[in-house]
Amino acid sequence: MLNNFKKSKPQQFSFLILIFLFLYFIVPEDENSLLWRLPPLLKDIPAFINYLLDNLMFNWLTIPVYDPDWGMYEDQAIVRLITRSISDFLLFLIIFIREFFLGGMQTISSLTGDSLKGLKLAYLPAIPWTAVIMGLFILGYKLQGLSLALIASLGFFYVSVFGQWEPTMETLSLVLVTAPICFILGLFFGILGYLSKKVETTLQPILNVAQTMPHFSYLVPIIVFFGVGDHAGAVATIIFATPPMIRLTILGLRKISPEIVESGLMSGCNRFQLLFRVLIPTARRDILIGVNQVIMQCLAMTTIAAFIGAKGLGFNLKVALNGLKIGKAAEIGICVVIIAVVLDKLSLAWANKQKDYFANLSFFQRNKAFVYFLFLTLILGIIAYFSASYFEEGINFLYLIPFGKGLTIAPLLDAGVDWIWETFFYYLNIFNKFLITYVLFVMRDAYLGMPVVSTFFLIMGAGYIIGGIRSCLIVGGLILFIALSEYWNRALITAYMATFAVGISAINGIIVGSLCARNEISTKIILSICDFFQTFPSFIYLIPVILLFGITDTSVMIAAIAYASVPATRYTVEGLRSVPPSLHDAGSMSGVSNLQRWISIEFPLALPHIMLGLNQTVIFALMMIVLGALIGTEDLGQIIMGSLSRPGGAGIGFTLGIFVSFICLAVDNLIRTWTDERKKLLGIS
Amino acid sequence: MSDNNQPSVIKCESVFKIFGNNAKRLLENSSGNVDAKTFQDAGCIVGVNNASFDVKKGEMLVVMGLSGSGKSTLLRCISRLTEATSGKIFIDGDDLLTMNNKELIELRRNKMGMVFQNFALLPHKTVLENIAFPLQIKGTNTNESIAKAMEMVELVGLKGRENYFPRELSGGQQQRVGIARSLAVEPDIWFLDEPFSALDPLIRKEMQDEFLRLQGVLKKTIMFVTHDFDEALRLADRIAIMKDGIIEQLDTPDNIVLNPATEYVKKFTEDVPREKVLKIESIMDPIDSNASSNIEISKDAIIETLAESILNSKEILKVVDANKNNEIVGSLDPAKVIKVLFGK
Repeated sequence: MLNNFKKSKPQQFSFLILIFLFLYFIVPEDENSLLWRLPPLLKDIPAFINYLLDNLMFNWLTIPVYDPDWGMYEDQAIVRLITRSISDFLLFLIIFIREFFLGGMQTISSLTGDSLKGLKLAYLPAIPWTAVIMGLFILGYKLQGLSLALIASLGFFYVSVFGQWEPTMETLSLVLVTAPICFILGLFFGILGYLSKKVETTLQPILNVAQTMPHFSYLVPIIVFFGVGDHAGAVATIIFATPPMIRLTILGLRKISPEIVESGLMSGCNRFQLLFRVLIPTARRDILIGVNQVIMQCLAMTTIAAFIGAKGLGFNLKVALNGLKIGKAAEIGICVVIIAVVLDKLSLAWANKQKDYFANLSFFQRNKAFVYFLFLTLILGIIAYFSASYFEEGINFLYLIPFGKGLTIAPLLDAGVDWIWETFFYYLNIFNKFLITYVLFVMRDAYLGMPVVSTFFLIMGAGYIIGGIRSCLIVGGLILFIALSEYWNRALITAYMATFAVGISAINGIIVGSLCARNEISTKIILSICDFFQTFPSFIYLIPVILLFGITDTSVMIAAIAYASVPATRYTVEGLRSVPPSLHDAGSMSGVSNLQRWISIEFPLALPHIMLGLNQTVIFALMMIVLGALIGTEDLGQIIMGSLSRPGGAGIGFTLGIFVSFICLAVDNLIRTWTDERKKLLGIS
Repeated sequence: MSDNNQPSVIKCESVFKIFGNNAKRLLENSSGNVDAKTFQDAGCIVGVNNASFDVKKGEMLVVMGLSGSGKSTLLRCISRLTEATSGKIFIDGDDLLTMNNKELIELRRNKMGMVFQNFALLPHKTVLENIAFPLQIKGTNTNESIAKAMEMVELVGLKGRENYFPRELSGGQQQRVGIARSLAVEPDIWFLDEPFSALDPLIRKEMQDEFLRLQGVLKKTIMFVTHDFDEALRLADRIAIMKDGIIEQLDTPDNIVLNPATEYVKKFTEDVPREKVLKIESIMDPIDSNASSNIEISKDAIIETLAESILNSKEILKVVDANKNNEIVGSLDPAKVIKVLFGK
């Protein structure tokens, strides 16, 4: 009996849940009881972080600096000086690129000083938008072919014609500055991590936390260090987008077959030659996939960086959403999606493009595309120059279409929204009310009524059953940190929303994924749909749900479910498709029906991979729920959001970001331990 | 061909390679008597167990063993891609294991070449660039290295494909590139790690012939690792058969077939078609004045090639040495041939 119990995990889990329920109902609600809630012993952490930051920024290691305005020396903290010069450097790059696309006089005047200010000649002319589109066409054609050329050029054509060229170029200038910096940093740390086990083991937990922290919690400490503006947005973006590059660099280098390394060594390479002439070129594709990730993350973060003053589409989107101008917001959203798709496709095509042989070609042949581009730019520039007199009101449509001066479909979209509201309001409202009163609130109250002792019993018990004492302690420790803060109730609300969203997403994903994995064509279709939905920033998901459900918890839930269903579906499809065909044949020869095959062959084998998808689903859902604070929820996200505008908010924002990250890490630990063991059992590596 | 008067180019003295955390300490305690089982219990894996041998100049030593027998590990100890746990290895009389990194790189740049099982070509370089790679690493200028690489392309018969990328070549062609690359710096010592194992049987045979042709021209000192006993018999001057890190027998192909030293070696030799492997020399008798037949056969001939005339003859044949002006060096009784070929 006892032996049986020791072996059977289902029995153990049932026992665990029984005790959990017993504790749940037996422990009374009493604020002073340790069984009900733990005391907020760690409540001073945010203040402590603030104190540290303050000291770092103003008191630590001061050196005298000459201030030309006051004509005297002043003590300044070295950290502040460093962050300030980083800011200046980033700002210069951003403005330079921005003025390359949009024109302006800051670049030249910052190089020459004030002497040329006011001179008309000191104006850096923009490259005409028509030339940019030609450039994209040529680039797309060179990287993959006509289809990519058309996607890239038509996408940006749309952006320009609809009057979003200026904010788009502002966003793009941020991406173009931050992505290369992320690439260099990521490659550097990735190489270090590859070369030294020590560096890797130090990096790993940092990367884990960095990739599970909500976007917002990066923003607050950055305000302290870098202030507000485009440069602060750039710093946030760099910190956010570098981790995947580091990871993919390490992964790509580790994947190189040992024989390649040995062949390099036997060719007599020293360490540098081995690294730069053998390893990095061989890992080229993985490293470029990293670049693709970097670009997409940069784009996602630059839109969110609007909250700390970065200009661009994100900023306009924020303004439109704040004013509830749904049509306008949707229009901007479409532009973000288009840019995301174009950047994604271009960078992927670059990664997948194999090097051609060109040593036998002349200089012109080798650089044909670039020469064409210069030539076309010249011609289009001349056209733009002469067309200036043709257009009225001083707007040269062939040079640059100013913001809001293009076509617009916003009124149309608004009318559409109104129509939807008028037609479906009744039903939507009923659904909304039903969901909130009978599901969400009930669930929320159930979570809030959970004594802390039963929560810990459940979490640590699950850890013990899945991964033994080690997992039990890790998971318990991570959650204990939250339980000892002031924000346990908020965390419970976040947890309830996450549970709900993850549950629905998982069911969605598994059903849709299983259906689509049945045949080749639907598999392809669903995977490209997943690709598409994963391309654009999470921010965008909020637009249609606000449109349908207004500013309620339901909206956030639906956005979270839509966003988190993507990994669930993708991993289900991948897991099911990776079941070896010989097993299908074996099943068929045993005479299984389709359903039997799914239940007894495919699903059990695909389950480890599906669980990894669930891991992603949890992270995605939490990210969206925290982001949902934008349209008002009362969980951790709301406070993180609020800390943006609160003095001393850095400590709170950062601490709460860490909390969300800890929830992700706890789930990650449980799922990963389970999958590893399961995979070993099934003999899949 | 092996010749005892040649100097030894590679010399190993009780080389051990043991994988695991405290391999070194365990090895010291065991005083040279390594038992795989005890080491495994201590968490160590024995890769190479007390290997001592030498390879003469111009000789081809084939190391044969099944997977996990330590043959590749032995090769990697001698190229110092892995560090031997203990023992001594000499390359042209120089102590390999005490060399610093710089000396090691110098040695690899000038004296060693290696061919890998899965080709290990650099995917971003063309055939020509791959072959020129070791030269460029060494610092040879571009024109010279490309000219040299072009020579190598012709040597391995890939002319016309020098601007292809590895991904555009078949397995056999890729391995030709691997071979050309390993020869580009004109090394004295040539390591081949299962070079033909990843190829189809027909291509493999063709590559073996090609390899013998090359070695006929180049006369390198070779260590060749394979798991294919037939391949070993075909190519080797001497064969070392390994099992669990131990060299079970190291001898000429003929001697291994005729006198297997252990039960393990015997298992390999049982199914070998002897007439295709053995030379007349290995079964001939001393000079016999009764040798009445006037047929003269060369001592270096494989039995199969002369089987018909031997078996048709009723008399004892004369064996001559073709290298020494057909001087008579022995005799051969057809009855003995039948006994060696078909007897137990």
